[in-house]
Amino acid sequence: MTGILETWLKKTALEVQEYVRLCAAAFRGVVSPPFYRYDFIEQLDAIGIQSLTVVLLTGFFTGAVLALQSGLTLDQFGARPVVGRLVAASMIKELGPVLTGLMLTGRVGSGIAAELGSMVVTDQIFALRALGTDPVRKLVVPRMLAGILMAPVLTVVADFVGIVGGWMVARFQLQVTSGVYWSSILEALYMQDVWMGLLKPLVLGFVIVTVACHVGLRASGGTQGVGKATTVAVVAGSVGVIAADFFITRVLISLIY
Amino acid sequence: MDTTTPEPQTAEQVLSGPGAPVIVFDHVSLAFDERVILKDVSFTLISGHTKIILGASGAGKSMTLKILLGLLKSDGGVVWVNGERVDQLTEAEMMAVRANVGMVFQEGALFDSLTVRENVGYRLYEETRMGLVEIDQRVKEVLGFIGLAEFIDRMPSALSGGQRRRVAIARAMASKPKILLYDEATTGLDPITATTVDDEVIKLRDLENVSSIVVTHQLRDAFYVATHTAVRDPDGSIRIVPADQHKERETEFLMLRDGLIVFEGDAEALRQSDDEYIRTFLS
Repeated sequence: MTGILETWLKKTALEVQEYVRLCAAAFRGVVSPPFYRYDFIEQLDAIGIQSLTVVLLTGFFTGAVLALQSGLTLDQFGARPVVGRLVAASMIKELGPVLTGLMLTGRVGSGIAAELGSMVVTDQIFALRALGTDPVRKLVVPRMLAGILMAPVLTVVADFVGIVGGWMVARFQLQVTSGVYWSSILEALYMQDVWMGLLKPLVLGFVIVTVACHVGLRASGGTQGVGKATTVAVVAGSVGVIAADFFITRVLISLIY
Repeated sequence: MDTTTPEPQTAEQVLSGPGAPVIVFDHVSLAFDERVILKDVSFTLISGHTKIILGASGAGKSMTLKILLGLLKSDGGVVWVNGERVDQLTEAEMMAVRANVGMVFQEGALFDSLTVRENVGYRLYEETRMGLVEIDQRVKEVLGFIGLAEFIDRMPSALSGGQRRRVAIARAMASKPKILLYDEATTGLDPITATTVDDEVIKLRDLENVSSIVVTHQLRDAFYVATHTAVRDPDGSIRIVPADQHKERETEFLMLRDGLIVFEGDAEALRQSDDEYIRTFLS
């Protein structure tokens, strides 16, 4: 039993060490040449633009169901008109960043782990190094930067369509007038909420992409290994998003509120 | 009596001269946990020569190439490549050494999201300041050399196994390296396709003066490379013909068994060896 625990601890420590080393190498790659600009632009498209559909749909239905559920609860207190405030606060501060993060983990994290994992098991990573290219600079840095940049953008999109989804339910289902819905949002929206909603996805984007890159680059064992890496990237990425969300929230509450 | 002493040569001059060692593998060892891969392995590759490393699967052949290219670090020993002691270099410092060394991986390891043109010109596009027109010319030149010019815009998935290996050779030679390392370049290919790959190895060695290390367990290919030479006819066409004895001696065999060198010598010496393991391997 002690042996198993010791092995597990060693393995975990090694993974953490390698993850930290990858992140350090990636940050070095951000501030020193060579830079692979075309790969960065490609990743902005792959991570950002191509994730729009899933983020739009998730954001819209989350906002809509939030309005539906909270409408019932608020009715008990005769507070139906503030449904907009509740939807906006929930979307901007919490659900927008976290759900966008989870969607990105499923779509982008799995894709990155599978792509890099396949490159590892087919010797393409060795080939890159043999051809004089640092795989971290070529593969990790553009993805990391695109993740950090596009996660807040996608979150803003998710927040907006979520609030629109909430408005549609509030207007046509709960019979709250548009003016009341939108003014309740503006009245209750503080700059701190906006900052929280923008800073969280920055960190979540970083976590999702770096975890996926780390898992992908450490894949081994042929196609089975690639499959395993993909699953691990999604599981570890999702847990990472939820856990990071808690810690960032804690830090931001003490810093900006 | 001539009393003039020759001018002292720089290390660079010595290394670029004929008969100079381009690779020195000196008492190198490697192990993964309890598993020993290489035990005190030493050999030298002379400029313009070929070293063929034979051995069963798991004998440490591919690891030897990866150590040479700095893709793996050895546990002990000294490795010199083109006058640089690579066992002490960092990954960033290794990039300069790799500019003069090309490697052909098992299965080719072509980048499957790039076309043949982009694969072959990869190093030139990404790691040099060469102009696009110049790169395009060089890509067409190397693809013409290996006879795959018409496949320039195909994706690797649209190529046969042999074509993929030949594109991998073109990619490795595009930046005109002085040394080429072939890791099981013909494994899994039928004999006729394998011969087309062997011909490229011979052409690069004899016409481009590229020093090479060929790792294989395919004896037919190993002896074919050792006993043939490429000649360019006056009309520019290239023929592969049997090599004379002098040329044959420029190709040395090295056999690994359980991480140890059990044979080193030319094709003739290998054929005449009495060693039981070698006899079994050759039979």
